[in-house]
Amino acid sequence: MANESTDKNSDKHGDKNNLRIKAIENGTVIDHITPGQALNVLNILRVGANFTNTVSIVMNAGGSRGDKDVVKIEGRELTEKEVNAISLISPKATVNIIRDFEVVQKGKIETPDSVCGIVKCINPNCITNSSEPIETRFVVTENEKKKTLALRCVFCESVLTEDLIQFIE
Amino acid sequence: MQPMHHIISTREYTKEMFDEILELAEKLEPIAKGEVQSKVMDGKILALLFFEPSTRTRMSFETAMLRLGGQFINMGAVEASSIAKGESLSDTIRVVSQYADAVVLRHPREGAALMASECASTPIINAGDGAGHHPTQTLLDLYTIKRESHLDNLNIALAGDLKYGRTIHSLCYALSRYHAKINLVSPPELRLPDRIVDDLRKRNIDVTITTDMEDVIEDIDILYMTRIQRERFPDPAEFNRVSNSMRITRELIQTAKPEMKIMHPLPRVNEISFDVDDTEHAAYFKQAFYGVPVRMAILCKVLGMEDRIREMK
Ligand SMILES: [Zn+2]
Repeated sequence: MANESTDKNSDKHGDKNNLRIKAIENGTVIDHITPGQALNVLNILRVGANFTNTVSIVMNAGGSRGDKDVVKIEGRELTEKEVNAISLISPKATVNIIRDFEVVQKGKIETPDSVCGIVKCINPNCITNSSEPIETRFVVTENEKKKTLALRCVFCESVLTEDLIQFIE
Repeated sequence: MQPMHHIISTREYTKEMFDEILELAEKLEPIAKGEVQSKVMDGKILALLFFEPSTRTRMSFETAMLRLGGQFINMGAVEASSIAKGESLSDTIRVVSQYADAVVLRHPREGAALMASECASTPIINAGDGAGHHPTQTLLDLYTIKRESHLDNLNIALAGDLKYGRTIHSLCYALSRYHAKINLVSPPELRLPDRIVDDLRKRNIDVTITTDMEDVIEDIDILYMTRIQRERFPDPAEFNRVSNSMRITRELIQTAKPEMKIMHPLPRVNEISFDVDDTEHAAYFKQAFYGVPVRMAILCKVLGMEDRIREMK
């Protein structure tokens, strides 16, 4: 499978339907990110000013599912923990791993049943916010009223709705 | 070997799990009263780790252990211990759980008991973790209701601070296992959180909400009163108005059923007037005593002695 080969020619063709991003040689393409979440995805991946490889970001791209964000990172593959974290802010994202310009792995992100050590508990008095050597642990549930994702802390039962999710630095 | 049995929270307890502890407690009551001597815990040591003071809970565990013929060790004041030197709770638990056969933990942070249970080599009994759980209180509340009234077809009023009172929240979930009718009586600002009301109604529990004690007093079997804390009200006049409206007096309970019982987790301030104490309705001092047989039952349960207790004459 080619790595968005149309992209390579898109500058030449000026094809508006294709993303104006160069294909990457080795790395990861995170596609179908919920619009507006691209920068949060980079935060999760700790891709910031110190990251020296090429990073491309497209926000509000007109993909086949309507608006989406896309992030391409050269020379970086994602850990399971990172994929889990992305699933919390962007459940419909897909992660494509690229090696030598070829997509070697393409997959929808699945929201896990629980997440450990990624998200911070909102309750300052929670044992996970003390100096104890302990990872945070949340059960992924549903915010029944809004039909959106919510997290329940296993330790203190605080419920984090999507807008309250904060990732551990 | 059986997996270790901790008592962290009663949230997921089934009716059968509650009943098992309550039946053990009933069996143990003569020992709790000192009418029968027991050596069932002979050679066993209970460690008490209280990271915040709770004299009554601690003494009740100590009494339970002594009545069963066991012994206890205590870490003493937090300031004098290794915690003051900055030792983590997890390290403390790892060490102390090797000294004792079970550990009772009281800690100011939510989730402390669950974390402790994951690093302990002996059973952990949660004696209160911050605003989190206090399962031995819930169990002794249920036991009091069972002994002083009845758990099936119960009509109960929960009154006072229903918003912040963790004993109330846990009790609500426990009562839902017995399909009790629950009347919530509180000032509007201290109402039971919607989330819990929703959970109860989802379990088909009949819940009524009112601000007026007189609405429910005639019909109920149990009136469970809690303390309203002054700190919850910025305006002292507002606090006085609210706490007076919630006060249980002899006059208020005149129309109650003769067998209606009043409970309170204690200490009380002025939510129940003193002239109620010598009526047939007052069950709050007995409730405090029931903490002993219930904690004895919990100790027997976590130490795998329940069969020996059941076989007891
Ligand atoms: Zn928490």
